[in-house]
Order: sequence, then structure tokens, then C-alpha cells
Amino acid sequence: MQLALFLVFALVAVAGGVNLLLQRHPIYSALSLVTVMGALAVEYLLLGAEFIAFIQIIVYAGAIMVLFVFVIMVLNAGEVAAPPKSRVAAFLGLPLLTALALLLLTQFTGSIGGAGLALGDPRVGPAEVGDALFHRYLLPFEVTSVLFLVGILGAVVLAARPHRPRPAAGQAPEALAENPAAAAARR
Amino acid sequence: MVPLAYYLALSAALFCLGVAGFLFKQDIITVFISIELMLNAVNLAFVAFGHALRQTDGNLFVFFVMVVAAAEAAVGLAIIIAVVRNRGTLDVDSMQQLKD
Repeated sequence: MQLALFLVFALVAVAGGVNLLLQRHPIYSALSLVTVMGALAVEYLLLGAEFIAFIQIIVYAGAIMVLFVFVIMVLNAGEVAAPPKSRVAAFLGLPLLTALALLLLTQFTGSIGGAGLALGDPRVGPAEVGDALFHRYLLPFEVTSVLFLVGILGAVVLAARPHRPRPAAGQAPEALAENPAAAAARR
Repeated sequence: MVPLAYYLALSAALFCLGVAGFLFKQDIITVFISIELMLNAVNLAFVAFGHALRQTDGNLFVFFVMVVAAAEAAVGLAIIIAVVRNRGTLDVDSMQQLKD
């Protein structure tokens, strides 16, 4: 039963990942990523990590992906016309990627072996996660709030339109001449 | 009982899909989405190992990875907005001013 659930949602996750690659429009890629995240949330539930599963839905699929979709809409992003790729990438890209995948798979399955996982270990429930978060990991938890503050400020500064000095109405024309190009044109 | 190796295989497959998207896709937003896919794959490996070793640390690492990913998404998307406003294109191959 667990194995069947795992396999079904693993298939959904991999299909979402493949669809992310194949789609040409960024909004379809973003929605494919939401599918992957939902399937991974089910895998977390199978692993007994309820806290992570719901955080995955709320923060990742909810907040972060909404940010992505908003940016895609703000930029009015469409399909990018694919220019001819470099020959090295066309010949070496897929074989190297397959090599990486095989290396990871053999390393993981070879070193771990077939050790089974029991479902729903009671020691890693949300209460234990919260306890560890507010005792052993209290300082990193507080540091993340500073990180968020800096991130918010950085996002606002980076995404804000560049500030243009606006001439006030009724001001003398000499006051506008701090622009060197305009000054040169007048001379 | 699902073997730990199955979770790690799924994690590796998703990570490789993310790498492929990062390398092959043309538009900057999809490249960024591929980075998020790689982060998700690593999160799955963290949770699986944490469960196999009977520790809460795997879950907590995933929590911090998600926090950093949220901050990274906010700053990265702001950078994308600034870049697209200046360059007028989403194509990563056209952003080669340093090369020219």
C-alpha cells in the first residue's frame, strides 16, 4: 500500500519535472513545478514528516509559486524564440547529464542497499520538530528573520523603478541644468 | 515499507531534471524554476535520511532550506525584473555583455 502510494506520486513528480522541461512557456513550467511540489508533499506525509508536508504546500506551492506567477504576469513573459545552440552543448549535454544521473543512482542505491523505511515514526512528529526549532535551533531560527528582512529590503530596492529627479513646477530653468547633457546642449 | 533507496532514486531523478532545465532552457524564469526543482529534490533526500536515521534534524534542515529558498526567490525575482527592464528580453543567451 505504501509502496503503491509512493510509486504513484513518484511518477507524478517525475512527470511534472519532465513537463517542466518540455514546455516552452514559463507559466506552464511554473504550474508543472506546483504539481511536483504537491506530489513531494505526499511523499513527505509517507515519510511521517507532517510539518514539512504542510509547510511545503503553504510556503512553497502557496507563497513562492504565487511570486513566480506574479512575476511572469508582470513581465508579460512569453515564449523565447530559441536561437541556434552551440555545437558543444548539443553533443555533450545529454550524455553528460545521463552520466550524472547514472552516477547519482548507482551511488545512492549501491551505498544504501535495500534498507527499508518504517512509516510514521512517532519521534519525528510536529511537536518534536517545534521543540527542536525553539530550543536547539533557536539562534538559526532568529537569524532567518534577519535574513528575511534583508531579503525584503533587497527585493524592494532591486525591483523599484530607477528614481528620476522631477522638476518642480514654477522653478527657475537654471535649476534644471544640473543634467550635464542638457547643459551641454544649451551651450 | 518503502526502501530508502527508492526515495533517493526519486530525489536523484528530480535533481537531474532540475540540472537539465538549468542548462537547456532559454528563458531566465524557467532557469530559476529549475533551481527550485533542484532544491525540492535535495529536500526529499534530507527528509528520507532524517526518517531513516530517526532524527528531527532532517526536517529542520528542510525548514531552513525552505526559508532560504523563499528569500532567494524574492531577491532573485527582483533581479530578474531589473534585468528584464534594462535589457527588454528574457533570453539568457542574449545576456553576454561581459563577453563582448
